[in-house]
Amino acid sequence: MKSAPPQIADKTSPGKAAKLQITLIVLLVGVSIFSLMSGPMDIRPGTVVRILTSRLLPMQPDWPATLESVIMDVRLPRLLAGLLIGAGLSISGAAFQGLFRNPLVSPHILGVSAGAGFGAALAILFFGNIFMVQLLSFCFGLIAVWMTYALSRIYRSTPVLMLVLAGIIVGALFSAATSLLKYIADPVNQMPSIVFWLLGSLNNASNKDIAVVGPIMLAGTASLYLIRWRINLLTMGEEDARSLGVDTARIRGVIIVSATFISAAAVCISGIIGWVGLVIPHIGRLLVGADNKHLLPVATLIGAIYLVSVDTIARTAMETEIPIGILTAIVGAPVFAYLLRKNRPGW
Amino acid sequence: MTAQIEAENIAFSYSHDMAKAIFRNVSFSVHSGDVLCLLGPNGTGKSTLLKCLINILRVQQGRILLNGRDLSEFKLPEVARSIGYVPQGLMSAFPFRIKDIIIMGRAPHLSILASPSRADMEIAYRAMETVGLTPLADRPCNSVSGGEWQLTLIARALVQEPQILLLDEPTSHLDLGNQVKILQVIQDLADRGMTIIMASHTPDHAFLVSNIVAIMNNGGIAQKGAPEDVITDDNLRKTYGVDVRVVRLEDGSLSKACFPALKKPAR
Repeated sequence: MKSAPPQIADKTSPGKAAKLQITLIVLLVGVSIFSLMSGPMDIRPGTVVRILTSRLLPMQPDWPATLESVIMDVRLPRLLAGLLIGAGLSISGAAFQGLFRNPLVSPHILGVSAGAGFGAALAILFFGNIFMVQLLSFCFGLIAVWMTYALSRIYRSTPVLMLVLAGIIVGALFSAATSLLKYIADPVNQMPSIVFWLLGSLNNASNKDIAVVGPIMLAGTASLYLIRWRINLLTMGEEDARSLGVDTARIRGVIIVSATFISAAAVCISGIIGWVGLVIPHIGRLLVGADNKHLLPVATLIGAIYLVSVDTIARTAMETEIPIGILTAIVGAPVFAYLLRKNRPGW
Repeated sequence: MTAQIEAENIAFSYSHDMAKAIFRNVSFSVHSGDVLCLLGPNGTGKSTLLKCLINILRVQQGRILLNGRDLSEFKLPEVARSIGYVPQGLMSAFPFRIKDIIIMGRAPHLSILASPSRADMEIAYRAMETVGLTPLADRPCNSVSGGEWQLTLIARALVQEPQILLLDEPTSHLDLGNQVKILQVIQDLADRGMTIIMASHTPDHAFLVSNIVAIMNNGGIAQKGAPEDVITDDNLRKTYGVDVRVVRLEDGSLSKACFPALKKPAR
């Protein structure tokens, strides 16, 4: 095996990670502008950039007011929702995989999406307005994770294992309750609404939604980003981390609270989008390795790029919109299968 | 001279019932530069004792003094800055590079929001050099041999910059060459003033590197003292329940070794 002298290896490794991050940021900007251009009404990139900058700098508008309205009120909130949800689910997934020491874990493992789905179905059944759907799905997402946590405290054994088992129990309970609501729902209007909501879509994202859930998701993402190196220590197990002086209960708390608020906020504006939080961290690992110090920022960027791209396809590929939850899996599964085959990662 | 680490009549039980204690009335003291080897059959509490010494398990009776201060007053990072711990059977769930693993030893010196700095990385490289791992720095940790993994964990403990090193069966599952390599590292560290407490299943290793031996059996320390005095035919028979002869090599090196004797088949 060939090895570089320590000083050089030390400099190149963070340099490579930084270069990759810059590449991803450029890609993200490109995908975002492309997403704003595409739709039933094609808008040229120059116009998109001018409309966006006119909000920051004084500019004489030389474009029709309808274009500005399409960009600012329809496509921009949807773009922002895609960025926030893709980034948030990916960073939560990466953090959860570290916490649970298992690369097959997704942010939904503690029951947040099962709870949120139940809350949404309940709101569709009894209130039928979008505000209540969002509010109840957010609240029940949090309630489900709180139940999981409370249940895991009953037994004095390995906390992480008990969390997983409690998450399965609570998830099953809420899934069954959601099925019951579907069963008693009016089959003409309510049941299709529930089914479509569960499939996931960014169609309902408005500027107001972004103003409310945006700060929650940014705060969660920032806290996970800040403790990212400590997540490495948790992956070695509770006892080992404590022998290195790590306050494991505190780190675990930060991860669970951050990831839960991110996921609940994501689910309440988009419905259930699976797969992103599971797969994006793996793609990040193939690019930068397992070290969470580099993995978390890279996974965040890839997640944002991925969801914005898939959402652009979802709303432009066919006459009617394809539910994004279906598309994330259809696009993601073969890509992931190919990457695993090609790279043969060591886990 | 006050002891660096001292146990006074400590007892530990995994349940609330002290009748089921793993060990009780355990007392010993270790001074700077000592190498204490814990011997004893499987399940007598050697690993448990080591975990009590770093505060991840709390003793229910007695007390442990670290540099004269009660260990229960220490916070975990404080303990981790004084005592490095090399666990047994640790596995990584993810393919971290060797240097990612070793740098983890800096955790007790860093705040919760910090990542290791360039200076921390230099400490890690120094530890890698000490144990001879530098060429493997960028290798994924699931592709190295058992001996290299053990050296990685020792290097990680050194990066904590401790005065005391605890090792839980550091030579288990290793071939003879790697066993000797690990023992050599332990001896070199002891020569530089590191205090070492290790659990072992091989009395020969106690002769090679330690200056104090404690035999744990039946819920306590059965014998304690210099290897010469403690590792005897009689004590080994009492401890392990088999016939063992302790022999002095006749090459003038004063080395001793243990030879177990099998029962002769009845003719």
